Amino acid sequence: MFLISVSIFIKIYMSNEKKQSQAKQVPKGQNLLEFIFLRISQASALLVLIVLLGIFISLLINAWPVFKEFGLGFFFSSDWNINKNKFGGLISIYGTLTTSIIALLIATPLSFGIALFLTESCPIFLRRPLGIAVELLAAVPSIIYGMFGLFIFSPIFAEYVQPFLNLTLGHIPLIGILFSGNGNGIGILCASLILAMMILPFITAIMRDVFSIVPPVLKESAYGIGCTTWEVSRHIILPYTKNGLIGGIMLGLGRALGETMAVTFVIGNAQKIQPSLFAPGSSIASTLANQFGEAMPGLHFSALFALGLALFIITLIVLSLAKLMIIRMEKNQGATT
Amino acid sequence: MKLLKKLLVSSVFVIGSMSYMTSIAAEMTGAGSSFIYPVLSKWAEAYQAKTGNKLNYQSIGSGGGMKAIKAKTVDFGATDAPMSSADLDAGAMVQFPAIIGGVVPVVNIDGVKAGELKLNGELLAKIFSGAILSWNDKRIAAINPGVNLPATTITVVTRADSSGTTAIFTDYLGKVSPFFKDTVGQGTTVAWPASSTLSGKGNEGVAANVGRVKNSIGYVEFAFAKKNSLTYVQLQNAAGKFVMPEEKTFASAAAGVEWAKFPGMATFITNAPGASSWPITGATFIVVYKNPSDKTRADEVLKFFEYGFKDGKDMALSPDYVPMPQDTVNFINSSVWSQITRK
Repeated sequence: MFLISVSIFIKIYMSNEKKQSQAKQVPKGQNLLEFIFLRISQASALLVLIVLLGIFISLLINAWPVFKEFGLGFFFSSDWNINKNKFGGLISIYGTLTTSIIALLIATPLSFGIALFLTESCPIFLRRPLGIAVELLAAVPSIIYGMFGLFIFSPIFAEYVQPFLNLTLGHIPLIGILFSGNGNGIGILCASLILAMMILPFITAIMRDVFSIVPPVLKESAYGIGCTTWEVSRHIILPYTKNGLIGGIMLGLGRALGETMAVTFVIGNAQKIQPSLFAPGSSIASTLANQFGEAMPGLHFSALFALGLALFIITLIVLSLAKLMIIRMEKNQGATT
Repeated sequence: MKLLKKLLVSSVFVIGSMSYMTSIAAEMTGAGSSFIYPVLSKWAEAYQAKTGNKLNYQSIGSGGGMKAIKAKTVDFGATDAPMSSADLDAGAMVQFPAIIGGVVPVVNIDGVKAGELKLNGELLAKIFSGAILSWNDKRIAAINPGVNLPATTITVVTRADSSGTTAIFTDYLGKVSPFFKDTVGQGTTVAWPASSTLSGKGNEGVAANVGRVKNSIGYVEFAFAKKNSLTYVQLQNAAGKFVMPEEKTFASAAAGVEWAKFPGMATFITNAPGASSWPITGATFIVVYKNPSDKTRADEVLKFFEYGFKDGKDMALSPDYVPMPQDTVNFINSSVWSQITRK
């Protein structure tokens, strides 16, 4: 990815050089200002690339000792024993992926519905207040969600929701094991629900913005020939806003993957993988938050950096998949990239 | 331009006043054990009222404290798991015990009141290693006639961070159960095998989790159990008697310890003999450098602990800590503090 960005940068630089030679016909004062502006913006772009590369390299260097010891098997081993110096990232990676995916599965249909309601069927006088409310929720710091989750949501979850899920879904043959065991309000499912509450307003705000820039003439023509609201949403709005939707969902997923304090409060911090979603677990961010302050330089320290590297790579993969999905969808519709 | 000038002048003023304020009172920094935090904050408050010197203490767990003092980012570190004398000599540091307290198992069972449930070391080891899974297990019921134990799974709550309290607790369990010593081991961080294990950060985190999760058991320093009104248990000590956790039983356990015998005063005092001794007693050790770079600050730190030893005795007794006895304080003065260059 770094090579792609470097080559893009070089192309931009070369095209700028051509513009520079054409700019010699412009009066001198303007030429200098133009020059400074171009160079500063180029330097800023270069700075971003350097920071990205720097983070990746420093993660790799600090994680190297643990890769030398365990190889790539580090990512697939579920041993995490600090005293015996055996480390494996599978527990934390499993926790991160599970909580983020469940949060996304819950949040995406809901935010889709909310955004459609706000742009299509909501009474005009309600649109502005509701829109502002959604954006305010999206801006609330995540630790407030963590406190809400720990003190308010978790007891209600343990008292009413978990026994209910245990009694109903817990008895279905294949997926029943996901809802087995006692619920005590702390665990992977609880953390996923808190994450869903956190990314829902975020994705909704982006989707609403994207839906509102669909040209009215497209929608009006569809309504004009007799389409229902659902048909307009499905066949006009969705295809038009594809890019923005995927982008919004991926941003929400990115936020869920990296969420630290809210998850650390309610995930239980157990270094185990268990089949039930009610059981406590660990995510990469919660492991780092708990153990980084006291890790002495050595294998433990490198293992934590390796977990950070794993999170970095997961985020890169998610973003690349999103980009590929968009390109493939556009190709299917005949657009040339 | 006018606005820029105004901003510049006001920012210089603000920064100048901030630096002036921080230079008036010397602020000592410390980090580590959450075990000692309740009594340390009491001492610090009283000391600041008396002398104006502040203490900034971060209760991040003994492991974090040791990392901080080794990196010289704080003036002293506090740990419940003493450093070995070899490590002390290698780092040119000394340590001394500042306070004695008790680690207490706390439970959250409907209908069971504080001090009602009885346990012993063997049962605790089995519960925390996952060998006993539910509260109405025959072995627990056998020594608790008349207590209504529910048929629910035990949720074990442990420490998520590197903790001296864990070191004291696992040291005790290892002494009373060879099985526990082999499978789980001893240390500031261990791999707890029970499948329903939750972890919290600091003594505060464990107390919060036990308070909120039904049918759970955890281990905290006694001050946290009292402050959060948790249900503590009675334990059977080495002499076979069931004792309640309180300042008397902690003091009885610490009474026979010959601090001078151990190099660097490094010892655990769990499973102490004596008919009224609390079996899981421990001390918090303060670690400082022999030749500190900031000698005035180091002198301030020692003056603070001198205050704690002398005037802080009553303040320690109310949350059921045991202040260091006078002959131990004299020993600390003569053989530990004499090694530190104070001026």
